Amino acid sequence: MLTAILVMALGGLLLGGVLGWASVRYRVEDDPLVEKIDAILPQTQCGQCGFPGCKPYAEAISKGEADINRCPPGGEDGVKRLAELLGVDPKPLGEGLEHKPKSVAVIDENLCIGCTLCIQACPVDAIVGAAKQMHVIVADQCTGCELCLSPCPVECIHMEVVHEDVATWKWRYPVYTLHPTRPH
Amino acid sequence: MTRPLYRFHGGVHPAEHKAESSGRPIATMPLLPRYAVPLRQHIGNPALPIVKAGDRVLKGQAIGQADGYVSTAIHAPTSGTVLGIEAQAVPHPSGLPDLCIVIESDGEDRAVDYQPLDWQHLDPSALRNRIRDLGLAGLGGAVFPSYIKLNPGAAQKIPTLILNGAECEPWITCDDRLMRERAEGILRGAAAMQAMLHADEIIVGIEDNKPEAAAALQAAAQQLGLAVEVALAPTLYPSGGGKQLTYLLTGKETPAGGLSTDIGVQVFNIGTAYSLYRAIEFGEPMISRIVTVTGHVGQPQNFEVRIGTPVADLIRQAGGELAGASGRLIGGPMMGFDLRNDAAPTTKAVNCVIVKSPALFPAAPPAMPCIRCGECARACPALLQPFELYWYARARDFGKAQGYRLFDCIECGCCSHVCPSHIPLVDFFRFAKDEVWAREREKEASEQARRRHEFHQFRLEREKQEKADKLAAKAVDRLKTVETGAADPEAERKKAILQAAIERAQKAKADITPKNVEGLPPEIEQEIADIDARRAKLRETAHAKDEDSE
Repeated sequence: MLTAILVMALGGLLLGGVLGWASVRYRVEDDPLVEKIDAILPQTQCGQCGFPGCKPYAEAISKGEADINRCPPGGEDGVKRLAELLGVDPKPLGEGLEHKPKSVAVIDENLCIGCTLCIQACPVDAIVGAAKQMHVIVADQCTGCELCLSPCPVECIHMEVVHEDVATWKWRYPVYTLHPTRPH
Repeated sequence: MTRPLYRFHGGVHPAEHKAESSGRPIATMPLLPRYAVPLRQHIGNPALPIVKAGDRVLKGQAIGQADGYVSTAIHAPTSGTVLGIEAQAVPHPSGLPDLCIVIESDGEDRAVDYQPLDWQHLDPSALRNRIRDLGLAGLGGAVFPSYIKLNPGAAQKIPTLILNGAECEPWITCDDRLMRERAEGILRGAAAMQAMLHADEIIVGIEDNKPEAAAALQAAAQQLGLAVEVALAPTLYPSGGGKQLTYLLTGKETPAGGLSTDIGVQVFNIGTAYSLYRAIEFGEPMISRIVTVTGHVGQPQNFEVRIGTPVADLIRQAGGELAGASGRLIGGPMMGFDLRNDAAPTTKAVNCVIVKSPALFPAAPPAMPCIRCGECARACPALLQPFELYWYARARDFGKAQGYRLFDCIECGCCSHVCPSHIPLVDFFRFAKDEVWAREREKEASEQARRRHEFHQFRLEREKQEKADKLAAKAVDRLKTVETGAADPEAERKKAILQAAIERAQKAKADITPKNVEGLPPEIEQEIADIDARRAKLRETAHAKDEDSE
């Protein structure tokens, strides 16, 4: 009887020790869930979700502090993929949030006074310029976050929708007539 | 000796419709008043324009140069004036406009001084660059820049060179006519290809519905004394697919996602070989190609067409559209697409224009549900299971579709052709492929934005830290001077400099004080006072004038 208890206790201690050691030795530095959520988010860094960037929003979602429907650039598709990852039901985009077509910011070069305020606002360093020099936006790097619009004192920045061209055009989902079947 | 042929899996045999246009010789198009040469004609980066509106150009002059590695040049089809570089209708399934260089012909058709290539003595790399600058791209359909394919690579040798003269698509006869009429040029081009690739053998693959073309090539080979094997393959679509023809002639399978060069085979269209011949023998850039105009037109025929010729003019030259025409196809009926705007110009890729009519191309019957009969899998030359692919593409489950080897699909259209339920299967696969590519691009863009944002934050943090460090260092210095009570040497030095400057200024002021007006007689002093008064007056009037003129 006593031997049995001792053996079990010893076994428990041993396994507990191994588990404890493993949890220290093989510790995962970052929260892998945050990484996965962050990978789904579109990385526009626009802050429309109420967090200062995509990573903080991902962290908030993983802690259950934020809802999954706060990201307008991701759209319904993004919400669906987040719901799939987290095993919850998808829902429509939150109140007052609206998915807009992808656009990029454009500076009107005749109006720009070279104040550098938009350069400081750009979260992805996509604006080139210097004090009292004309600024220009690198369209390929622009995420369309609109964060540069409000700091501009002369309102010389506007958003332009990115139109489809021959290079980015996609074949559409096939639409064709179906043969009517007899009602059962 | 006849080569053993290896029959590839699947394939279909649609009505050929070759006789309509194959009986007439290749005709030349008259000079047109205007041409539009698209910048994007080949796979890879579009050409970079090197002319501007108002420039005078000559026929064969480069108007766009290769931009990056996978790209090639474009040339003026005739002499004239560049009207502009503008978005115009182009032959593309989207119907979207794209940038073209528009040239107004001056009617003289004056060419630049063509320099033949001394290809046997040129350095191979220099020769390939010349071929790139002459704008050579594959004329079989993929329009891949030829100079890249003519590089034998690290192995310095590609044993087998296949010339693709299969022309398996119904209706199209441009390769057939080219082989019949210009076999010698094709083989001379092939000989140059063989030399550049260090190939051991040349095989020409031709479907057995073109016996005249095969005979012409054989005769030309004998005349040139060139060891070329002309292999007649059974007529079965898509034997002209690169992978299918390679298997048919050599029994070697191209690995999935790989190139035929991986198995020591390079495939060129016979039209490309002919263009290479024109390039090396005459120094002529790729400014024209043979195009079949057929279908519901007055006189179906092949034409030698300058790149940039509007499709409408081409159709007019072939007798015009007959009554009841219901649209136009670019390419063949199996892989081609509908042309929305016939103002679009021909490109290096356009091998055929078919005018449709309801009798020739009846509307597809209404589709019925997939019954999983497996006909599509039996017809698929890429050994796929289109009915499974269809299922996942329809449900937008692209991961699963890729698992069923979506990207091995060559979009030949055999599955759609045989489907008893008339489901447009290949349209689903095109949709799924483009969707996967678009997601890939989006993912790349968001990954880049994430990295840039992380660096942005790192930079802000670093700048803050640097500023704080600088302030801290200054504060420490100040504290030291206060604590030790010693004068700051830097401040002392500045003070000394300042003091010296003040002294110098005072001395200079004293020096320039005039000494020769002291102790003068009163009349001279009076004279000086008068002069000073006059000067003051003059200054005043001059000042007043200045203000007036302002």
